[in-house]
Amino acid sequence: MSKSITCTRCPMGCALTVEEAGGILAVTGNGCPQGEEYGRSEYICPVRTLTTTVLVTGGAEPLLPVRTDRPIPKAMLFDCMELVRSMSVAAPVSAGQVLLENIAGTGANLIACADR
Amino acid sequence: MHTVFCDVAVIGAGPAGLAAAIAAKQEGAANVLLIERDTAPGGILQQCIHPGFGLQLFREELTGPEYAGRFVKEAREAGVELLSDTMVLSIGEDHILTCANPEKGLVEIHPGAIVLAMGCRERTRANIRIPGERPAGVYTAGTAQRLINRQNAMVGRRVVILGSGDIGMIMARRMTLEGAKVEAVVELLPYLAGLTRNRVQCLDDFDIPLLLSHTVTAIEGKRRVEAVRIAQVDQQRRPIPETERTIPCDTLLLSVGLIPENELTRAAGIEMDSITNGPSVDQRMETSRPGIFACGNVVHVNDLVDNVTAESRTAGACAARYALGTLPRGQALGVAHGSGVRYVCPQRLDAAAGGKAALYFRVAAPGGKTVLTARCGETILARRTVPRVSPGEMCRLDIDTAHLTAPVTVEAQEVEA
Ligand SMILES: Cc1cc2nc3c(=O)[nH]c(=O)nc-3n(C[C@H](O)[C@H](O)[C@H](O)COP(=O)(O)OP(=O)(O)OC[C@H]3O[C@@H](n4cnc5c(N)ncnc54)[C@H](O)[C@@H]3O)c2cc1C
Ligand code: SF4
Repeated sequence: MSKSITCTRCPMGCALTVEEAGGILAVTGNGCPQGEEYGRSEYICPVRTLTTTVLVTGGAEPLLPVRTDRPIPKAMLFDCMELVRSMSVAAPVSAGQVLLENIAGTGANLIACADR
Repeated sequence: MHTVFCDVAVIGAGPAGLAAAIAAKQEGAANVLLIERDTAPGGILQQCIHPGFGLQLFREELTGPEYAGRFVKEAREAGVELLSDTMVLSIGEDHILTCANPEKGLVEIHPGAIVLAMGCRERTRANIRIPGERPAGVYTAGTAQRLINRQNAMVGRRVVILGSGDIGMIMARRMTLEGAKVEAVVELLPYLAGLTRNRVQCLDDFDIPLLLSHTVTAIEGKRRVEAVRIAQVDQQRRPIPETERTIPCDTLLLSVGLIPENELTRAAGIEMDSITNGPSVDQRMETSRPGIFACGNVVHVNDLVDNVTAESRTAGACAARYALGTLPRGQALGVAHGSGVRYVCPQRLDAAAGGKAALYFRVAAPGGKTVLTARCGETILARRTVPRVSPGEMCRLDIDTAHLTAPVTVEAQEVEA
């Protein structure tokens, strides 16, 4: 069996093919070594970095952009959104600050992307 | 009137203006003034909260606000002076800028050199003329992005997006995550307008249908959008009536392209490129008016901010050298777009500049394996083979400009479909 996956590690967007028979046999079509790793991880468990905003009180702007500090399983995106939507933080906040640890048990932390 | 003197004045504090201002400082300009009409620096990146910035420059994937934040900090540390809430109204003789500021009123700035970094704005419904009613609920994708990501205002619940540009795809994901249902992304052309990675991460991930060779034929609804009609188009891009169908929705987002913001540039009598809609520049990013440089989306619409930063550093450094009187000037040689290429930036080369020059260009149509060539007569300056090309993804060739005596041509030839 084989599966076609587009590598999204960089804007080249190489068309990968993952060959499988009881385990991954080969990844082809990758323009660089990163693509092989991406093909494997995407085949086994696709992960994405979640980016969104949270309400911030006492700042110059109403919203603070936030993201997970590492990619989380794609299937968890909506659960995490649910959690983030119920949050609000108070200024001052600085970029990189951890706002929520181990979000929804994913092992990733929610961090601020800007100062407020 | 309030009068200010400086070595280099940079108009616009997006990633282009920030990088240019920092580079001008580093090149030795004592007073660098960065003028921004918004309340805060960062430009469009403030609302681009998604990841995908800085892969080439920082080897990590940052969000727009993080990428901009790094440069804002660097600019502050370098001693760049930021004049926010200030709109540049005109560029006069001797590089004199007239600006408006709510507290100071009219401000006149006398710089030694100028960098134009005004970015671009979106094409609107008026630019593409969709027939039908004029209800509320029709937004450009970038306006919706600003409302949702900076102003905490959700624009709709059931959405159709016209145009497969990057902003449209990114907003499809954003609205889906915020609980809206995106019914379809409709693209007039037979191929994707934006980056492939955005199709994968923004549409495929959420099973959002992408309808290529389709367009919106009408908007229905009196007060608010109630539905849009869409149809497939033929090879002349005319809707095929039998394929027309109605999609109920409350919102239509338009992601139908960007136009460089060049009112100031045109009014200053600077020579424009009719394809890019930006000023034509040389490899130092100097426009046809000596001492006025330009960089970023105001020159040509970029898909990657790393490219913007790279060319903006060149613009800022050369502006500083112009102001200090150390920029050499030689013969101007044209750069032509040959077969398979839609445009090349820079549009000319200065023979005295020497060193390497990066030629950024877009192909005319999508293709498979393609040979990209930059030549000067029969001499090949650079050649590279790439696995595939698309007008949505910018190409680059680096050439050595030393000893150049004749115009340069850039070509793209498909060798395997
Ligand atoms: C929605 C979207 C998504 C993108 N996604 C990605 C991505 O994932 N990865 C990536 O690498 N790149 C991405 N890009 C591209 C990249 O962000 C842009 O190419 C880059 O921001 C352009 O920078 P700029 O400084 O030229 O323009 P801008 O950021 O638009 O800055 C121009 C500034 O000039 C100011 N200005 C204009 N006129 C005046 C005036 N008369 N007086 C004073 N100030 C003025 C404006 O207020 C603005 O702040 C994206 C772009 C958009 C729009
Ligand atoms: S395989 Fe390498 S070159 Fe190709 S898209 Fe992935 S990271 Fe980029």
